[in-house]
Formats: sequence, C-alpha cells, structure tokens
Amino acid sequence: MLGKRTAADHAAPVVRARDKTRWQRLYLLARRHPTGSVAVAVILLIAVVSAFAPMIATDNPYAIDTPNRLSAPSREAYFGTDHVGRDVFSRTVYGGRISLLIGSAVALSGVIGGAVLGLIAGYNRRVDVVLMRIMDGLMAFPGILLAISLIAVLGASVQNVIIALSIFELPSVSRVSRSTVLSLREQPFVEAARAIGARPHRILFVHIFPNIVATLIVMATFACAAAMLSEAGLSFIGAGVPPDTPSWGNVMAESRGFLHKAMWTIFYPGLVLAIFVTALNVAGDTLRDILDPRLRRQA
Amino acid sequence: MKAYIARRILAVIPVMMTVGVLVFVLLRVVPGDVARSIVGVEASRAEVEAVRESLGLNDPVHVQFSLWVGRLVRGDLGRSYISNERVISQIGKRAGPTLSITFFTELVVVIVAVPVGVLAAWRVGSIVDRGVMVFAALGFSVPVFWVGFILIFLFGTWAFGRSEPLLPVFGYEPLSSGLVPYLRHLALPVAALCLGAMAFLVRITRASTLEVLNEDYVRTARAKGLAEDRVLLIHVFRNAALPIATIIGLQFAGLLTGVVITESVFAIPGMGRYVVAAMASRDYPIIEGTVLIVATGYVLINLGVDIFYAYLDPRIRY
Repeated sequence: MLGKRTAADHAAPVVRARDKTRWQRLYLLARRHPTGSVAVAVILLIAVVSAFAPMIATDNPYAIDTPNRLSAPSREAYFGTDHVGRDVFSRTVYGGRISLLIGSAVALSGVIGGAVLGLIAGYNRRVDVVLMRIMDGLMAFPGILLAISLIAVLGASVQNVIIALSIFELPSVSRVSRSTVLSLREQPFVEAARAIGARPHRILFVHIFPNIVATLIVMATFACAAAMLSEAGLSFIGAGVPPDTPSWGNVMAESRGFLHKAMWTIFYPGLVLAIFVTALNVAGDTLRDILDPRLRRQA
Repeated sequence: MKAYIARRILAVIPVMMTVGVLVFVLLRVVPGDVARSIVGVEASRAEVEAVRESLGLNDPVHVQFSLWVGRLVRGDLGRSYISNERVISQIGKRAGPTLSITFFTELVVVIVAVPVGVLAAWRVGSIVDRGVMVFAALGFSVPVFWVGFILIFLFGTWAFGRSEPLLPVFGYEPLSSGLVPYLRHLALPVAALCLGAMAFLVRITRASTLEVLNEDYVRTARAKGLAEDRVLLIHVFRNAALPIATIIGLQFAGLLTGVVITESVFAIPGMGRYVVAAMASRDYPIIEGTVLIVATGYVLINLGVDIFYAYLDPRIRY
C-alpha cells in the first residue's frame, strides 16, 4: 500500500475508482471478487432473516405440539417438527439470533482483548515475558476442555459460552498483534513519533494500532466462524446454551435421540449453520486479499 | 543440536506451570463450596466442615497449591468426588478409544491431505485446484457432530437400502477382540473427524508448497532440465514440509475438541465422554486430571515436532 506505484497499479480498476462515487467503487470491488460478494450476500441475508425472525418464522419456536411430533418437512413445517412437535424451521430462524449473537460477541471481545494484550506485550518487555508465557499455557489448554471447565464452574449460559470462547481466541490474536508491534516499533515513523516526545500509549494507539486494524478485521471474521461452530459443538455435549433456548447448535442437540426417525431435525439447522460458516470463511479470505497488503503480495 | 534440545525442554517448564496454575485457579479457587456440593444440601454443618478439613480446603491457598503440586509430581491426580475412584487409573482405562481415534484420524489426514495439497499447488488455478479449495472451504465449516450424524444415517439407518447396517454406528471394540472389529468400529468416528482436519491441512500444504514453488531455486532446477517429479520431491516438498510438520503438531489440540464431541455422537467410552459426564456432575478432579493429561500430551507432541524440525532443518538449531 505504501510501496511505489507501478504502471500496473494505475491500470487496475481500484486505483481508477478513486474519482468514482462510493457506490460505484463498491460495485467495482464486488465485480473483482465475485465469490466474496456472494458470501457477503449470504451473510447479510441470514443476518436479516434472524433480525426479522418474528415476521419470518411460521410458528412460535417454543410452542409444543405433541400430536404432530417428528412430522416430516411439509408445507406447514418447512423443516419438519422435532420430538415435542416444535417447528424446526421457526426454531432455526430464531436460533440464528443466538448463534449470531455468540459469534459476533466472541469475535469482538476476543479480537479486541487479544489486540490490547498484544499491543502492550509488544511494547513492554517485562509484560511481554509474563503475558506470552500465559498465552503459551492457554494454547496448551485445549479449547473444549477450557470451555468444559468454565461451564462446570460457572454453569451453562449464553454469557459463559461467550466468555469461554473469547478466552480461546486470545492467544492467536495477541500473538499476531504482538509480532506486528515488534516489527513496527523499529520503523522510522515510530522513531520519529518517539523523537518528538509522543507518549507510549499515543504511539501504540495512534501510530501502531491503525496498522493492525486490517489484520484484526480478518481475524474477527474467522473468529466469528469458529465460535459459531464451537457453540454448536458445546451445545451438543451440554456445555453450551441452556436447553430450550433455540441456537443452531441446540436445535440439533435436542433431537439427537430421534435421529433414526427424524433426520430433518438435525439436517436442516446443520445445513444453515454450515452455509453461514462457509460464507464467513470465504468472506474472510476475500477480505484478507483486499485488506492485507503483505498477503496480497504473495498471491 | 544438544543445546537446542535442552533449550526446548526447558521452555516446556513455564508452559506446564502456567497450565497448572490456570487449572488450579479455575477449578480450586473459583468454585464456591466444593465440600457442600460433595455432601449435598441435606448435610449438617459439621459434616461439611469434616469434608473441608479432609480435602485440606481450610489451609491457606499457597499451602493447598504446594500440596497439590507435590501430589501431581508423584502422579496422583486425586479421586473422583462421586465414585471415589482414582482419576489417573480411570483415565488410563479410557485412553484406548481416544488415542485410537486421534491416531487413525491424523494418519488418514496426513496420507490424504499432504499429497492432495501438493497436487493443488502444483496445478494452481486448474479444475483440480479449485475443486480442492471448494472442498477445503466446506470441510472447514461443517460441525463435526453433524457429519457424524449424516454418516450414522447413511451407513446405519439407511445403509444404502440394505437391511443390515454397513458399519457399526456406536461403541468401541478394543484391539484385543480382533483387528477387523476394532477397525470397523473406528471407521465412522474417524471419517467424521477427518473432514475438518483434512480441509485445514490441505490449505496449509497448498499455501506452503505454493510459496516454495515461486522460489528462484525451483526455477533453476527446472531450467537445468531436472525431471518434474524430482523437482517436486527434492526441491519443493522437502522445503514445504517444515511448516506442514508444525501444523500437524498443533492440529492435535484442535483434533481433541473433535474427539470429545465425536465420542458423544458414537457413544464411545473414551476420555471425552468421561469428562463430559464429569462436567454435568461437577466432578472437578476428573476435569482437572483430564485437562492436565491432555495438556501434557499436547506439549510433549509439540516438543517432539520442534526437535524433529531442527533435525530436518539445521538452520533453526541456533
């Protein structure tokens, strides 16, 4: 981004787009990344459906209707009904709210927390030694066992799942931001800032932080995808969202005993989750290509 | 080389100490009244006090910690609050299925993912490469238990229209009851776990190989007329293999998450189901023991990988 501009750069649409309107630039960007655009569209669609869940769901997601239990997908119940007759489609639509909440909360807190730790560690040698040892220890502490321990101690709730999964994100995010700080702190622009008497926190947050924002956004996308998958796994073994609350993981976990009679209770929610997570991962890859100049050079 | 190995082994100590402190704080200091939860709400105050005293909960935290570390060093992981069995022997009994699943999954993943990743990088942009990348994106994004249930449905319930299940869909048979039943019981759990791990390793292998393929010495090797298979094997793969080896080591931690869930899906009596059951009954010594054993295993595997890495690549010994 800061390098010399070559003739090829001038020919590329993005550079020419400088004098276009915002929407025209967005359109050009989308045309250059068709797969990524589809992924973003899928993410937006599912997010909108979850946001407007009450208007889209065909039934109350909690309404028990035992006479119609385990009925196959039909016009009335698009995804069929579960073992107590609840409408799987409506539970999936509402479940998106919890799953998306967990995914985005983990992405935000894990990445912000990891970035702050990494920035501090990268700038202060003494803190660095202690923090990085703790992160090494956390890395060796398998994610699922960390979650199981936390849930055993604190109890199963949406909040505790978010805490457990955010802690799991800390080591990788803090390492990446730390290594960026280490390489940037010797750069002339940071030395210049120090020379004119800028205080450490100003150097960290005004001069160094903007340089890791792009990487952090990409990491947040992947963290969100990973957290949503983990939520499903944790709910499945009973360490996740409390029973009855619909999340994509829970909707599947609750009907696990009826698989041989009602494949749809697991198949459709899992499919939605898989599509959403794939879209997030693809969007993350595309974002990395667009935002991260170091990785772009390799491509 | 000896100095390098010594340094790597010394670096394990702070990591294990951190894990120990984390476990101790999380499962010993944070929970409310453990004694009360053992004897139950009905018990009298004197009974609670007796259990507190016998568990050493009335000692100051640092005394508790040093006693705890002392027991750990002697291999004593304590006893289950509920069954009063020794945690270490209980874990020992359940290690077989867990280790078997982990081992065979990693084996299959490496055998398939590494050649496929190299092939995709070699023919980058081709249909094969695109197919592999699509598979990798999907495999990375499906929940492991969902794949497990689809497999149970395909091979057990539906069985492709046959009346008998094609493969056993739950349980575990130890190797002592014969190689064929052992492998047949492992087939579906391993298949379910493979998908995600394979997707990940394929991506890493492809990226790592692509990077080496762009090196000048590869162009030189081709320019001097070396056969392509020689270029790939000797010039490209040997260099690309280093980051791949590291990832395989790190992958064991991720794999374990899958194993815990897979054991629940296929009703396999391994460490994963043991710890999940302990979570439900708040049997902290079992959780604690499992975390410590698994973390130790993970650290040792990565120590092994690091040393192997130094053996492969003399540059990083210093």
